[in-house]
Amino acid sequence: MVTDLTHAVAESPGAGPAGHQVSLRVYFVIFGALMALTALTVVAAMKDLGDFNTVVALAIACTKAVLVVLYFMHVRYSTKLTWAVVAGGFLWLILLLLMTLSDYITRGPGWLHYG
Amino acid sequence: MAATHAHEPSALQHHFDNLGQQFEASSLGMWLFLVTEILFFGGLFTAYMVYRMTYPEAFAEASHHLNIVLGGTNTAVLICSSLTMVMAVYAAQQGDRHRQVLFLVLTMVLGMVFLGVKSVEYSHKFAEGLVPGPDFRFEGDAIHAQLFFSLYFVMTGLHALHMIIGIGIMAVLTVFAWRGRYTARYHTPVEISGLYWHFVDIVWIFLFPLLYLIDRHGAGG
Repeated sequence: MVTDLTHAVAESPGAGPAGHQVSLRVYFVIFGALMALTALTVVAAMKDLGDFNTVVALAIACTKAVLVVLYFMHVRYSTKLTWAVVAGGFLWLILLLLMTLSDYITRGPGWLHYG
Repeated sequence: MAATHAHEPSALQHHFDNLGQQFEASSLGMWLFLVTEILFFGGLFTAYMVYRMTYPEAFAEASHHLNIVLGGTNTAVLICSSLTMVMAVYAAQQGDRHRQVLFLVLTMVLGMVFLGVKSVEYSHKFAEGLVPGPDFRFEGDAIHAQLFFSLYFVMTGLHALHMIIGIGIMAVLTVFAWRGRYTARYHTPVEISGLYWHFVDIVWIFLFPLLYLIDRHGAGG
């Protein structure tokens, strides 16, 4: 039994015994990108882009979140099962937001004041 | 099973084939928890979305009472803490005990800086009468500005609570890391606590633009 376990551990060096080793350079590049995007979102908020202010702010926030999930949280190097769980989580969040949105924007005048 | 592994007696639990499989199971379990957290905060983001669409002017006015410099600083502080967190995981993977402890402590310190700045912001809000309730003072659409500040306090408050829990987890990890419990082959707790820390960072990545940066161009800076 002991031999079996030792054998099994020795046979699975691919993913590493505990997680994928990412190079430090990747971490620093992602860190730089996150800081730059933070500065960009503040600059973009100061400009009048009409309806696109919110779109730009959300696009930048989503980009930052994806970078953190893929690289800092190592999902890029994870198994398909982890991918499915993560994608499923965000899918249900999007459903929650979209279905609520579709309710409120179809309630007719008086509910929303587009300005 | 009385038999122990040749090198690490406690690392591999008997119901797993190997450390790789054990790590995948732990990581997946943490992600399942984080998915419930995504939807937990998701409810608040949904409420925010509905009320901001319904009262855009009041939300923009109220948003201009938040301090962009403090909010932006805190965003940078959290991103730095995410970097120190991955550095701690990296050090654990290298089996470098001292760097592991160093980066865990740095992560905790940055987390406390965030909470410190947040408490300064909260005290400003109390002083300015921007806390929802009988003492709420607001020139303009006060009723709906209160909605904004209710969401502001609940969302940032719950986020701060997650930060406090995160700092507690880091403190425990630091003690264990100091004692040499985590090695290059077994450091799953460091990795999955890192997942939690990064998740809390992601929540703030959305809170900052949504709460602080509404229609700022109209406010003249």
